[in-house]
Amino acid sequence: MSNITHLKELESESIYVLREVAAQFERPVILFSGGKDSIVIVHLAYKAFYPAKIPFPLLHIDTGHNFQETIDYRDALVSRLGAELIVGSVQESIDTGRVKEETGYYASRNKLQTTTLLDTIEKYHFDAAIGGARRDEEKARAKERFFSHRDEFGQWNPKNQRPELWNIFNGRKAMGEHFRVFPISNWTEMDVWQYILQEKIEMPSLYFTHERQVFERDGQWLAAEPCIKLKPTEQIVTKQVRCRTIGDITCTGLTLSTAHTLEDIIEEIAATRVTERGGRADDKRSETSMEDRKKAGYF
Amino acid sequence: MQLLRFSTAGSVDDGKSTLIGRLLYDSKSIFEDQLEAVETASKSRGNEEVNLALLTDGLRAEREQGITIDVAYRYFATPKRKFIIADTPGHIQYTRNMVTGASTADLSIILVDARHGVLEQTVRHSYISSLLGIPHIVVAINKMDLVDFSEAVFNRIVADYKKMAQTLHIQNINFIPISAKDGDNVVNRSEHMPWYTGSPLLEFLETVPVNKSASNVETDVQRAFRFPVQYVIRPISSRFPDFRGYAGRVASGIIRVGDRIKVLSSGLESVVSHITQTADELSEATPPQSITLQLADDIDISRGDILVKTDEPQPHQEQDLRLDVCWFNEQPLLPRTKYIVRQTTSETLAVVRTINYRRNINTLEKEPGVSQIKMNDIAEITIHTAQPLVFDDYRLNHITGSVIFIDPDTNETVGAGMIKTETIWNGHNSYVI
Repeated sequence: MSNITHLKELESESIYVLREVAAQFERPVILFSGGKDSIVIVHLAYKAFYPAKIPFPLLHIDTGHNFQETIDYRDALVSRLGAELIVGSVQESIDTGRVKEETGYYASRNKLQTTTLLDTIEKYHFDAAIGGARRDEEKARAKERFFSHRDEFGQWNPKNQRPELWNIFNGRKAMGEHFRVFPISNWTEMDVWQYILQEKIEMPSLYFTHERQVFERDGQWLAAEPCIKLKPTEQIVTKQVRCRTIGDITCTGLTLSTAHTLEDIIEEIAATRVTERGGRADDKRSETSMEDRKKAGYF
Repeated sequence: MQLLRFSTAGSVDDGKSTLIGRLLYDSKSIFEDQLEAVETASKSRGNEEVNLALLTDGLRAEREQGITIDVAYRYFATPKRKFIIADTPGHIQYTRNMVTGASTADLSIILVDARHGVLEQTVRHSYISSLLGIPHIVVAINKMDLVDFSEAVFNRIVADYKKMAQTLHIQNINFIPISAKDGDNVVNRSEHMPWYTGSPLLEFLETVPVNKSASNVETDVQRAFRFPVQYVIRPISSRFPDFRGYAGRVASGIIRVGDRIKVLSSGLESVVSHITQTADELSEATPPQSITLQLADDIDISRGDILVKTDEPQPHQEQDLRLDVCWFNEQPLLPRTKYIVRQTTSETLAVVRTINYRRNINTLEKEPGVSQIKMNDIAEITIHTAQPLVFDDYRLNHITGSVIFIDPDTNETVGAGMIKTETIWNGHNSYVI
């Protein structure tokens, strides 16, 4: 009987998936957002190919609305690993007329990322995009495969996904198609943090409690930054907050909580009553927000 | 803490989704906002009580139809274990989904409605669990509240099930009477069934022994080391100019530094010089560890090769194979059709020679004289491969005994195959499967 811990087993599975990507595809790329899931993916990739370098570049789709801490962390990581960084710019997509900026109080560039992502994938001929999505995150991801086929329009069709048996992965595709691969599909939010603690991975400061100017909207605290238009009734206050999940500024809810260490974060998650993505305004738009965005080619 | 993967099978009316919702709810794995969303959705559908089944139905089409049409993975943990649930549909037209969800399961929960007992679908679900070689089956006899929590009803169903299962090769079957809706014997012991002295379901799931090898039963072949090579790591850097490591996951057995290995299919031999995980040196490795092996000799090894030990039972190397297949595609399986056959890391072209019989999975009868195999059918076929495959009987090793069929024109995965050989080491030639 095996005594392997769940974290070690999950790690082995993820490394297995990353090695399959390297073996089956010609030009894979790691989608890097600076959030904890993509940070873990990069760490796993480092382990999977050691002592060789990670055989894929990192791709960051920059909405232009990132927290500065995210950009700083990204740059430091890339420098430390000696990795290649490619940045896809949503601003550029807007400027070249590929997408139109949303307006109004609830304007966000979240949806626009899809076009920038697909354009960048096409430009660099990436045939596999590795992401840190997990199946426990959201309803529409519960059915996602490790190897998720996307058609030539980058679209995800739930009816067309290939069955995955015994961890045999079929990454065969026609020209112009690509795959999204999710090595940490079976990890939960708690697993990710426990792994970060076990591996002593350095994390962006946003995850820990800090002082910030915020305002309240629809029961959530958002960062008071120029990219969000304030309603006349909304007041800016200073609070001690942190992020449980990091998207761009317009859709990241900040929680009022004290967590100064990884152990604090883990304890808070264990006691919490709201899911990780409960603070994501982009998921709240409709019951099937994520599914609809996935169908259109989003992450 | 260990990880247990289990699949759940049952039809929409058996309460399977309610059971999962109950497991998550009672183990406090359901968060407030998820529950709130379900309460809102329940109300908008006119359900009076919170419909726990809505927690697991995710896609828009399902929510509209009220049934699950794919494999959904749910996660929860107790202080004792982490669990992954592969929630699979019960309808016969989704047999392929159940086969998929069952392929990585350590345990299968089969739901029976206490009012109806053993039905065709019970036979079907049990057969699939047995075919896929899931070592533990839990028959959860649900809706005991609707039969007055009767011990007699429970015992009768147990007897019927055991009779049906005689012809199946299932190692461990356990029976638990439950009521998913009210929570009896799911997480907490039922007050209504004092006659049941076994564990409630969750306690059983927390304590059942888990085997991470591709092999279930203990014989020499099952203990044999099998290592499909996934990827060759060659840094060719100034720090590691000569490093050549063979990366992969140990499928079965145990490998130690100093062991003599053979490469299949070349037959070349060498000795293991290093076993590493990142920068850590290990003295040995077991399933399901992902590792990197270095050898004493510089021999030609690539992805698709399988490493075995020279002093252990060897796998087969043949071009003519007999398999049980589950067909996934709308295009039926026909003799003389060519497919790509993919094992863990190796691949070859194959042509279908014969269809020996179709298995009626409701009655378990063999139907010979079938000319084609349709979607969701299970059948025995023979194939001829362009290159010899290195394999073990699926009964003895799930990794080296399993393949998928890929349509070379569409690239779709069209079928799943489990390889059968003439003799099985423990002497049992009389399986139904």
